[in-house]
Amino acid sequence: MFSLSPEPIDVQKLRDGMILEDCGGFSVFEGWVRNLNEGKIVQKLTYEAYEELALLEAERIEKEAFELFPVKQIRSVHRVGTLEVSEVAVWIGVASVHRKESFGACRYVIDEIKKRVPIWKKEFFADGTEAWTRCDHCAGNHAHDH
Amino acid sequence: MNETKEIRLGYFAVLREQAGCDCEVFETTAQTPSELYSELQAKNGFSIDQDALRVAINGDFAEFDASLSKGDEVVFIPPVAGG
Repeated sequence: MFSLSPEPIDVQKLRDGMILEDCGGFSVFEGWVRNLNEGKIVQKLTYEAYEELALLEAERIEKEAFELFPVKQIRSVHRVGTLEVSEVAVWIGVASVHRKESFGACRYVIDEIKKRVPIWKKEFFADGTEAWTRCDHCAGNHAHDH
Repeated sequence: MNETKEIRLGYFAVLREQAGCDCEVFETTAQTPSELYSELQAKNGFSIDQDALRVAINGDFAEFDASLSKGDEVVFIPPVAGG
């Protein structure tokens, strides 16, 4: 299950909501707002989503993850709105019987969300400038391995 | 002469800023999203090249050479940056 959250993500509540007695492994990925991007100091950022399609595509991604990795439950949440440095921007939790599958599914979901889901990020820098990530020059994206 | 049809557009992120609105209704003779974007780029001064975009029609991803129908909702999708 995927949702967009305009409020800060309650990681404890999400984790507690995923406890399953037949699961021995639980993997979590949290994406945090970083204070630096391409050498510029970030003060805050905003996330914007095309909600209808973001929900549809993220659910597809989770469905693919269930097909690729025999896990029991997947829950993911992405923030929208304005975030400060070190806030949780995205949370992915995967519960599985054994640990191995949970790592793979967790990584798959975050990697695919980053590539496919219509969510955009605008960063506001300490030098007073602002920029939409990957749209700075509006053509020719350069690849990052995060 | 192609008849004109009404297309509903939704804009996000940098396209929203450049269009000056988050949605508009546009009368067009464009048959495909590709033709439509060319018209909109000229009208709104969009700085993103078409080949850097994806497109959605009526809430799901579509091809740039898909056929447009009257009343379709089209969203041009700039490079995403979630996660």
